[in-house]
Parts: sequence; C-alpha cells; structure tokens
Amino acid sequence: MKLKEILEAVEAEVLTEGVNPDMEISCAFGSDLISDILMCTKEPTLLLTGLTNPQVVRLSDMIDLFGVLFVRGKIPSQEVINMAKERNLPLFSTKNTLYKTSGILYNKGLRSCKI
Amino acid sequence: MAEYWYFQPGMEEKARAFFAETPKPEIMQNFEIRERDFVSAGVASAQIKYALKRLGVPSEILRRTAIAAYEAEINVTAHSKGGSVTSNIYSDCVYLIFKDCGPGMEDIEQSMTPGYSTADEMVREMGFGAGLGLPNIKKNSDVLHIVSERGKNTVLEIIIYY
Repeated sequence: MKLKEILEAVEAEVLTEGVNPDMEISCAFGSDLISDILMCTKEPTLLLTGLTNPQVVRLSDMIDLFGVLFVRGKIPSQEVINMAKERNLPLFSTKNTLYKTSGILYNKGLRSCKI
Repeated sequence: MAEYWYFQPGMEEKARAFFAETPKPEIMQNFEIRERDFVSAGVASAQIKYALKRLGVPSEILRRTAIAAYEAEINVTAHSKGGSVTSNIYSDCVYLIFKDCGPGMEDIEQSMTPGYSTADEMVREMGFGAGLGLPNIKKNSDVLHIVSERGKNTVLEIIIYY
C-alpha cells in the first residue's frame, strides 16, 4: 500500500517534511509497549503508537521502521521530531484511536507484520 | 548471591570453553549508562549494532543483538544507579557485559517471569515495565548469564554467535 493512501485513509498529518508519498508500505504493527514492538517487528514496519517519548525514535536504531504514525492526535515534542529528522524517519499523526486506525488500514488491505 | 544461566540448545560446551579461555576481542567498545536518562538510553545499543554492521554481520544477528542490548540498557537505566556496557567483538560472536552499580536483584528467576516487573509509573508511561525485558533478552541471546546480589549489583552477560 502506498504511503499517500495510508495518510488519506486515516486523515494523517505529516510531521517531518521530505517524505516520499509513493513509498510502498508492506505492513504495520500497533502497540504502546516497547518490548512488544521490539519482539514483533522482524521486517520493515509502519509503527502505530500512542507513545511520543524519545525512545520511540530510538527504536528505529534497533529495528527497521518505515515510519511512526502517532494516534489519538498525539504530537511529539520538537526534540523528538528533530531526532527523527536526523534519522530520516518519517513521523505522522492521526486523530483516530489506535483501534480505529488499525481497523481502517486493515480494511484497506494493509497487513499485519509477521510476528 | 543469585546466579542464572541460559544456553540455546547445543551452545553450552562452546560457551563454557569461551568463558574458560576469555580470549582477547578483535574490537572492544565501552559505554556509560546513566541512571534514569531516558533521552540517551539506547545510544550504546545503537553503536554496538553499527559496529557489527560495518563488519558485515548478517542482519538477523544485528536485529537480535540490538534488541537484547537495548532491553538490557533500558534495565540499567530504569532499575539501577547507572552502570556500563562493554561490547567485545570476535570473528564468530559478540559478547556483551552490562555492569550496574546496584541495588541488585534478590530472585532472578522471578525477574525472568514474563509479566513480572518492579517498574514505577514513570517508566511504565514511557512504554516500558511490561515485564518482558529479561524474557526478550533471553529469546534473542545464545548465552545469557546473570549474577546479582541484593544490596550490591547486577552483572549481565550475553553472547550471540553469527
């Protein structure tokens, strides 16, 4: 699924400029638990989360993330956005909840990452 | 004093020989881990991963090493008075040693139980403290050795073979 289709479907805002809207996103995972995220992402993944602290960006040093989509309208601090920019990690934000965002994207055909 | 050993099946003999000999590493990195510093936590694990990546270590090994190292680094940050990690890189494995300044654990088996956590509210709000840190380290390691004493400190060693 193309990134622009994902952003349209959940009415997401782009927090880091320079994102390629045609980027192909193959799968996603949603959680607010860091250990779960580490355990369940064995391939490049779009992360859906309500966590906005710096460790969410640090995670992308350990595992392969296409980007992070913050749910429930959460927006991280500028410091966290800057950390993401340094790593070319795209950040997005949607007003939808984690459950609703996941449901919308799953219905559109975005599969769950292999766990 | 409490001690815990875990070996992936078939790894014990090789690992015991490694610990008996403790050969000189080809590359050694050392990083400080500061108590409750949740901004810098993860820097050491990322550096350890990148050093291995530059050497051409396979991506699945990089992923396992990064996850095990990161969970251990977060444990030192969240539960101890600070400490350090040393990464020893060999031609066939990476050997990580996490040493903290206390307070140590009374019961390691209990800490290894998935879901068991002593994390406080602030740590939980950051997405940690699910009680999956040590189980996740074990899952990604070929060898895990923990020595801990309540009132003293904890030393956690990991070996991952390429």
